Amino acid sequence: MSNIVLKVENVCKQYRLGYVGTQSLKDDLKRRWAKIRGHEDPFLKIGEKNVRSEKSDADYVWALKDINFKVREGEVLGIIGKNGAGKSTLLKLLSKVTGPTLGNIKVNGRIASLLEVGTGFHPELTGKENIFLNGAILGMTKKEIKSKYDEIIDFSGVERYLDTPVKRYSSGMYVRLAFAVAAHLDPEILIVDEVLAVGDAEFQKKAIGKMQNISQESGRTVLFVSHNMGSIKNISTRGLLMKNGGIELMGDIDDVLDCYLKSEEEVEQKKARDIVDRSGNQSVTIDELTFDTGRKGVADTLFCGGEMVLNFRLKVNDSSVKKINIGFSIHNAWGDRLFVLYSAYQGAYYNGNKEYLNIQCHLASLNFSPGAYTVIGRVEANGLEADWPKESIGTFNIIMGDFYNTGSLGFINERVPLLVKGEWT
Amino acid sequence: MSMNINMNTAQELKIVSPLTEEKEEADQKWSEVIKPKVGWFEINFNEIWNYRDLLMLFVRRDFVSIYKQSILGPIWFFIQPLLATFAFTILFGRIAEMSTDGLPLILFYMSGITLWNYFQDCFTKTSNTFTSNAGIFGKVYFPRIIVPLSVVISNLIKFGLQFIFLLCFWLYFFKVDGAQIYMRKEILLFPLLVVLMAGMGLGLGMIISSLTTKYRDFQYMLTFGVQLLMYGSPVIYPVSSLPEKYKFFILANPMTGVIETFRYGLLGQGAYQFGYLCYSIIFTVVVLFLGLLVFNRVQKNFMDTV
Repeated sequence: MSNIVLKVENVCKQYRLGYVGTQSLKDDLKRRWAKIRGHEDPFLKIGEKNVRSEKSDADYVWALKDINFKVREGEVLGIIGKNGAGKSTLLKLLSKVTGPTLGNIKVNGRIASLLEVGTGFHPELTGKENIFLNGAILGMTKKEIKSKYDEIIDFSGVERYLDTPVKRYSSGMYVRLAFAVAAHLDPEILIVDEVLAVGDAEFQKKAIGKMQNISQESGRTVLFVSHNMGSIKNISTRGLLMKNGGIELMGDIDDVLDCYLKSEEEVEQKKARDIVDRSGNQSVTIDELTFDTGRKGVADTLFCGGEMVLNFRLKVNDSSVKKINIGFSIHNAWGDRLFVLYSAYQGAYYNGNKEYLNIQCHLASLNFSPGAYTVIGRVEANGLEADWPKESIGTFNIIMGDFYNTGSLGFINERVPLLVKGEWT
Repeated sequence: MSMNINMNTAQELKIVSPLTEEKEEADQKWSEVIKPKVGWFEINFNEIWNYRDLLMLFVRRDFVSIYKQSILGPIWFFIQPLLATFAFTILFGRIAEMSTDGLPLILFYMSGITLWNYFQDCFTKTSNTFTSNAGIFGKVYFPRIIVPLSVVISNLIKFGLQFIFLLCFWLYFFKVDGAQIYMRKEILLFPLLVVLMAGMGLGLGMIISSLTTKYRDFQYMLTFGVQLLMYGSPVIYPVSSLPEKYKFFILANPMTGVIETFRYGLLGQGAYQFGYLCYSIIFTVVVLFLGLLVFNRVQKNFMDTV
């Protein structure tokens, strides 16, 4: 077994909500007064669990609570979790940007953190000057930077612009140069936060390759936060799943990813049969809609680029109906109706000879951009409207995945609803 | 109590973890332990030394970037004290006819202004260290003190240029104008004076920047306060011209000793007393020490409140 290079012991981080003003001054004075009398800090006892969406009057919140884990040399730990689960706070503590409220973090070796690319880049300075400045900010000495200077320039691919102030750079060039500097850091432990979601596909591939190199060839430890499950899966050896400021699961990356996908957005969706507001003659009704990833288990969270199966369960109230035509539409969070698909369009009709009908619709290669989606369904029987529930009969989430099979995430923007693949010749 | 919480959970952990692993960890040596708070006197000078390259790069950045995209560029270093000197000469020298100890007006005012500017730059530009660098401090760790140190050093370069500029005027008045000025051996104290100004500015700046991470009130006072402080120093008038009853207040200003010593050494006139200078030295040491302690204490967690 290799050595433990990082050990996090009972780490907690408390944050105060709201403004800094007279109330916080009052709290500070109370705290000081308690300390003078030799009492404990009164505000450490209070503070709620970090659940972002719940409304609460509490002034204090535990962004992290009782975090314990160890990382061994050469491991690549992928840290995943929903927004606000405490991933970034954890990284901030590890990179010493801020300190823990309670607990210790023991480190063996030099830590370098990459929470942002191009930290400290000065717009007026040239690319060359910024390489040195940024490198020094990240903890390199001038000598180290000089020895890697050629590699950095080569990796960045912006050699032609080195004597131009970086404010004249395109954003892509800026990121390339910044990542190139960071990638040539030589720490024992490297901490990376979502910086790969920038730059073009070629560069992303290069960046991910570089990260793999760092861990595999030089045996360095990498901690990596990302929402891109594809790249987490590619790079990481172990995973750490965070939820509401605590650790939900730590272990093999595949197990952790599975657990995450199952827990992601457990929205209470009404069963289709419970919807009251519906029109149609009710000869056939939609009973339930479930989703399938097409590979294993039932999941409401699907990878972009993966496949999806919609399982409709219909209840036949009038067994004499013959031509059942089922249709559905998918709507994104903005309310755009992305498409409507009836089985009849593809010549598929179903017979009402059973009490419950299970109808599956298989969609290959999902090309929706990441986000939450709802499904509206409608059934026709013998050409007449049979059932049309006026609320959504199902919801699912699409998370970033390897749609293009290149590692690129494509153009990520919530107002761009679709990803499309082409044949390039 | 916070200790208690830690110990309880630690004991529980031990029961769970296998014996072998426990033993392995006991042998483990850590190169660094990140704790909730740092002690008042835990200042890691070694680490600061390791970041000396960054310090010099910051100095370079400050210096190079200030006058980029301006036509006059570094000439601005000279225009600023020159204009202030003319204004003071006309206002206080000609119109108000205030005493200058019999020294040429321009030299008298310019010497005061040059010194004061350096102190003021060191003070005001380090006093917002935390608030104006929150962006970069929030993303990467390096010893925070590198930033105020770089401010003091890059302003030192500017001060050096302005000092040479002042010497040119001195030479003109000495050779061409034939004014009654002469250097005394006290000019050898000049390096000490520079250290005092830098130390005072840095110390005060660090204290203010630490105090303003959470409550900004001090910052609003600062620009105004520093200006008032200038009128309470011998930049505009010599100490010798003061009535006895106000003298004490002006002498309480730690810059008084510095400015008067400088004028005495460079121009041959001034209320130089070793006692005044001693007061400035003690003040600087105390302020610098306090500033370091507070700054070191605050730097760990300020990101949460800034």
